[in-house]
Amino acid sequence: MSFLELQDVSVFYGDFQALFTVSLSVEEGQTFAVIGANGAGKSTMLRTIAGLLRPRSGQILFEGEPIDHVSAHKRVGMGISMVPEGRRVFASLTVNENLQVGAYGGRKGDWTIESVYELFPLLKPLAKRQAASLSGGEQQALAIGRALMSNPRLVLLDEVSLGLAPVVIKRIYEVMVELPARGTTILVVEQDVQHVLTVADHVACFLEGRISLQGEPSELKSDEITAAYFGM
Amino acid sequence: MNWVNVAVQGILLGGLYALFAIGLALVFGVMRLVNLAHGDLGILAAFIALGFVRSGVGLPVAALLSILIMVGVGYVLQRGLLNFTLGTDDTRPIVVTFGLAIIIQNALLLKFSADEQGLNAGGLETSSIHVSKQVALGVYPLLVFILAVVLIAGVQLLLNRTKMGRAFRATSDDREAAELMGMNNRHIYALAMALSLGTVAIGGIALAVRTTFDPTAGSFNLIYAFEAVIMGGMGSLWGTLLGGVILGLAQTLGAQAFGSGWGILCGNVVFLIVLAFRPSGFFARTVTA
Repeated sequence: MSFLELQDVSVFYGDFQALFTVSLSVEEGQTFAVIGANGAGKSTMLRTIAGLLRPRSGQILFEGEPIDHVSAHKRVGMGISMVPEGRRVFASLTVNENLQVGAYGGRKGDWTIESVYELFPLLKPLAKRQAASLSGGEQQALAIGRALMSNPRLVLLDEVSLGLAPVVIKRIYEVMVELPARGTTILVVEQDVQHVLTVADHVACFLEGRISLQGEPSELKSDEITAAYFGM
Repeated sequence: MNWVNVAVQGILLGGLYALFAIGLALVFGVMRLVNLAHGDLGILAAFIALGFVRSGVGLPVAALLSILIMVGVGYVLQRGLLNFTLGTDDTRPIVVTFGLAIIIQNALLLKFSADEQGLNAGGLETSSIHVSKQVALGVYPLLVFILAVVLIAGVQLLLNRTKMGRAFRATSDDREAAELMGMNNRHIYALAMALSLGTVAIGGIALAVRTTFDPTAGSFNLIYAFEAVIMGGMGSLWGTLLGGVILGLAQTLGAQAFGSGWGILCGNVVFLIVLAFRPSGFFARTVTA
């Protein structure tokens, strides 16, 4: 039994089909990377796992249990937490309040506001600042910290390094190694293929709503990845 | 000195308008819902209290029961009806709440007739304090004003300091992200509407003790509440009180200057002037990421 399993999942936006019978399994403690061009269906898959979209067919199993009937806000309580694309911090709330809200529907566990500040020391001096006034990198750190406040077992990271300062990206990649060491599973969507392959245990490449290639990074050759990425 | 008297009355009247405006501002802030039935729901609360009084219950208990009923009505109304109107099309909740307003008015006409009604507070509503020889403060308008201040402070405290308040603000900022934090939006919205109708019930009953009322009184108070909210600035409850006070002052001073029929018109003109020069109000607080 896999930790997270997608079985023949198809997702539509109206008449437009975004995912075509996608199947994959994520093991507990893994860093699972999803790569692919824009519009390949990566974010759609994450949003479906988070419960924001419903598959038209196929099913999603979390620890062997189907979760398709579970709404997004209840999946947080099961230990599935998502860092959405574009950060989506609560702009009018302070950094502290964003973290408090992160714990709203979550599970009991080790993560506290203090331990998030230890993970991202750059946030601590900003505690009382409104999230809207933060830089992109600070907001991304906050968005990850906010997701951790629910004590997730599975973290879904959507495009976490897009448009950020290299120093913040470096810290986020360190965190992507630290979290699995604590037993947290990571499913990350990334544009920066070279970088994400350095931290991933498993990688799946999406092309036009289908998985075109998957395996362990060490097994895959770079021309194979290029072919799967661009469909050539 | 008469002018001072009139101005004081106008300021205190602003407290009553603020009572109607708090809930309107709250639901607009949390879920961008424009509730056109808000004023009628306040008058409904007054009639519910009247019903209890007629059946022999004392006014304080009747008022409390009415407020609690409206809190429940708010939750059920939001979950059972208004949640389904929210979404891509902003006009749907406007049409539905407009219909609701008509239903409430006509149901009240059927049950209570078009007669003017009153709630008797045992002489409290007519007693006054003489501050000086010429300036007198009505005890009841003063109490209503204090009630408005306390209620705004309470709601503001709830928004700033409690888990529920943070959930309101987070949902207002980003509905979908809030859902990803484990918030059930439908429940959050229903809680906001429950709070909103609780406050407008207080406003409706306060109005009913102050003056006579009939089933159509809600529409006027909806307009005053809108004017108070817009002048104060969206998203600011204290601004709402300021908006109410400006409106109250404009109405009473206008009536004093031009005759009693002109007061309401003066209020509306002042509102239009504010709208022209400060379209986002005095204390608008909007934040974008």
